[in-house]
Amino acid sequence: MLTLEGATVRFGARAVLDAVDLAVAEHEIVCVLGPSGSGKSTLLRAVAGLQALDAGRVLLAGADQAGVPVHRRGVGLMFQDHQLFPQRDVAGNVAFGPRMHGVPKDERAGRVEELLDLVGLPGAGRRAVASLSGGEQQRVALARALAPRPRLLMLDEPLGQLDRGLRERLVVELRALFGRLGTTVLAVTHDQGEAFALADRVVVMRDGRIVRSGTPVEVWQRPGSEFVARFLGFENVVPATVSGAVAETAWGRIPVPEGSAQGERTLLVRPAGVRVGAAGGGLACRVESRTFRGHHVTVVLRPADGPPLEAECAPREVPEEGAEVAVAFRAEDVVVLDGAGQSRS
Amino acid sequence: MRSGRGGSAARLGLMVLPVAFFAVFFAWPVVSIVERGLRPDGAWDLGAIGRTLGRSDILDVLGFTVWQAAASTGLTLVVALPGAYVFARFAFPGKGVLRAVVTVPFVLPTVLVGTAFLALLGRGGFTDELWGLRLDTGVGAILLAHVFFNYAVVVRTVGGLWAQLDPRQEEAARVLGASRWTAWRAVTLPALVPAVSAAALMVFLFTFTSFGVVQILGGDAYTTLEAEIYRQTARLLDLRTAAVLTLTQFVAVGAILAVHARTVRRRETALRLVPPELTARRPRGVGQWALLGGVLASVAVLILLPLGVLVERSFATPEGYGLRYYRALGSLDEAGTFLVPPLEAVGNSLRYAVAATAIAVVIGGLAAAALTRRAGRLVRGFDALLMLPLGVSAVTVGFGFLITLDEPPFDLRASWILVPLAQALVGVPFVVRTMLPVLRAVDQRLREAAAVLGASPWRAWREVDLPLVRRALLIAAGFAFAVSLGEFGATVFIARPDNPTLPVAVARLLGRPGELNYGQAMALSTILMVVCAVSLLLLERLRTDRTTGEF
Repeated sequence: MLTLEGATVRFGARAVLDAVDLAVAEHEIVCVLGPSGSGKSTLLRAVAGLQALDAGRVLLAGADQAGVPVHRRGVGLMFQDHQLFPQRDVAGNVAFGPRMHGVPKDERAGRVEELLDLVGLPGAGRRAVASLSGGEQQRVALARALAPRPRLLMLDEPLGQLDRGLRERLVVELRALFGRLGTTVLAVTHDQGEAFALADRVVVMRDGRIVRSGTPVEVWQRPGSEFVARFLGFENVVPATVSGAVAETAWGRIPVPEGSAQGERTLLVRPAGVRVGAAGGGLACRVESRTFRGHHVTVVLRPADGPPLEAECAPREVPEEGAEVAVAFRAEDVVVLDGAGQSRS
Repeated sequence: MRSGRGGSAARLGLMVLPVAFFAVFFAWPVVSIVERGLRPDGAWDLGAIGRTLGRSDILDVLGFTVWQAAASTGLTLVVALPGAYVFARFAFPGKGVLRAVVTVPFVLPTVLVGTAFLALLGRGGFTDELWGLRLDTGVGAILLAHVFFNYAVVVRTVGGLWAQLDPRQEEAARVLGASRWTAWRAVTLPALVPAVSAAALMVFLFTFTSFGVVQILGGDAYTTLEAEIYRQTARLLDLRTAAVLTLTQFVAVGAILAVHARTVRRRETALRLVPPELTARRPRGVGQWALLGGVLASVAVLILLPLGVLVERSFATPEGYGLRYYRALGSLDEAGTFLVPPLEAVGNSLRYAVAATAIAVVIGGLAAAALTRRAGRLVRGFDALLMLPLGVSAVTVGFGFLITLDEPPFDLRASWILVPLAQALVGVPFVVRTMLPVLRAVDQRLREAAAVLGASPWRAWREVDLPLVRRALLIAAGFAFAVSLGEFGATVFIARPDNPTLPVAVARLLGRPGELNYGQAMALSTILMVVCAVSLLLLERLRTDRTTGEF
């Protein structure tokens, strides 16, 4: 459906998009994940035609979009802060796209009603945009973006401004809705939870480049680089020398899965793989802090040597703060990342 | 940025018509006048510039022109900014009427404003009768008349934007620890600066080029550049001196505009605009009621009183109050002052004003749309060009029309369109100045949202910009209409004797001696005032209908 080939955008000397290659298949939901400033919004603007490419191509259904103006690309874009038209009511906003495409009036009204039902705001057509809550605005923006039946729907931080509970509920609703409609979606977000919950495939961006791409499970299990690992919230990352099934690190010798890459590497230890036991045997640590997370407790441990270590403990097994403990590592939760000593961004 | 080349092409397309309009109806007449003055016998005589400007009487005129313009501008801001605040933020009964009331003076002919203040402050006038107080011997009356005249400029330009500023911005600053005053200074003031600068600039230019008021109230003691140009052109037929003065005025105005353009451009930002109905509320507390009271009192004394005196004089015949002056307007007098009954001027004025407004809105609207997106030097020059008619003597423009537009392809001298063209020329800067700040404040991403939903650039403008600026557009149209109704300097040269406009007819009546002519002038002025008030009230009504009809 969508193909980017070497897409490059420069603002002055800085490449905001640096030779990005990306393909989105029909009915696929792809989520671009990255910190702010990584170029993900520019990516959407380039696809929409709001931002001209300095190099590379954007193809929609195989057709090069160079020279095709924004309004003829047939893509939908939901803006970060919605950008609802303040002078129109809800129905006026949703009907805008079909009206631009010459859909007859009575058909428009039907579609508006249908879409408002779909996003869970039946009968809200006459309401003023200013009277909507954040969640309602988000729903109207979605209905507006869907109304012209775009071949590709793009979402820019779709749930960014909403509170957590609403966000978690909406993300599930959105995924179900897109599945039902068969919509092809390209979304960008800085929130990994949102990306993993929404996407068929996650693409991680950094400084205008794609650094990792895969299904949510793949990316989560094998972040691939220190940057992605840290961006996903993993803190237990250390330089390591891998040989065979063992890695030498500042935390001592840590077992790694069979078949891991060898040599100078970076090691990720998932908190679940850090097992806390009574003092004596294993890596000696002092318990620095404990944070209750619901299903588990995150414990920060301070070893004699090396960076602090995060562990996940069941609430019943949590050691006291300041206690001396010993740590063992479980090989299944250890991941050898690419390359050595990638600097932290 | 996106499709830079296509964007400039579109912008150039929008600029074609305004540029052509200005070239033919502004540059050409003015250049012709200057040429006649400085190249009388086919050879340039540039030494005339130095010789003329070195004359001590001309230096006095220059000095006084600048001084009184600066003083008038300062005084107008001091008096009118509280008014702008009250109109923007307070909701009170009769607001629409009051808005029209403060706007009426602006559209009155300068000659008439002068006369009204003479009746108020001069010999045998209102204050003279009451307290023996006369202000017509100094500059006091001139400055007050200028405030009277320009009050609406500040209220409309500044208040229009102020009403749409989101008050929550200021509230956010208050919550962050700013005092009421600091919050205003840090949040609202910077947002208002472009509008205040635009308003101050307009006031300065009007007072800089003012001549009707100055002639009536200044006598021989006080003369401005414009009055001097008029005197040199119309009475002394000294085109050389007039040309030098025209050039001087042109250069001075160009310099002011250049400085203004630079300061304004640096500060214009995308503002958070909200519908004005959301920001206005009833005054609360003693301070706010006192402010409202003070503004109402200043409006009453400064604006209603002179107008009241004017109306009173239109009915005050020697035999007591009556309609004699009004009846006389319907017939021809024996002295041959007019070729048609003076009352026909009402129809002429309205017809011209409608045509002039249409021209000004089209030309000014296109220009404002072209200027919306900030761009290079060319466009900035275009911006300045649009303001020049404000600075060039209307007298020069009118006289220039007569000597240039009398041959093919522009043989318009016999055509009625000549008058609206000249009036539209004066109206265009208002249209541009009123629309530009609001157009520039429209969030670019709204246009992008429309484009993604399938709207072409033109459609996006119509669907996104137009509804948001409809209010500004109506205000602009009102201004253009008002300017046309009150325009005098150029019209007096080009209006045909059998088709006088209201101000021209009033001036002609005032120019004749005798109590009947004076009374008829007052009566006709009162009619002009009513015509203006009714037009503005209709506009005000139209505006509220549309805005409430949105949702």
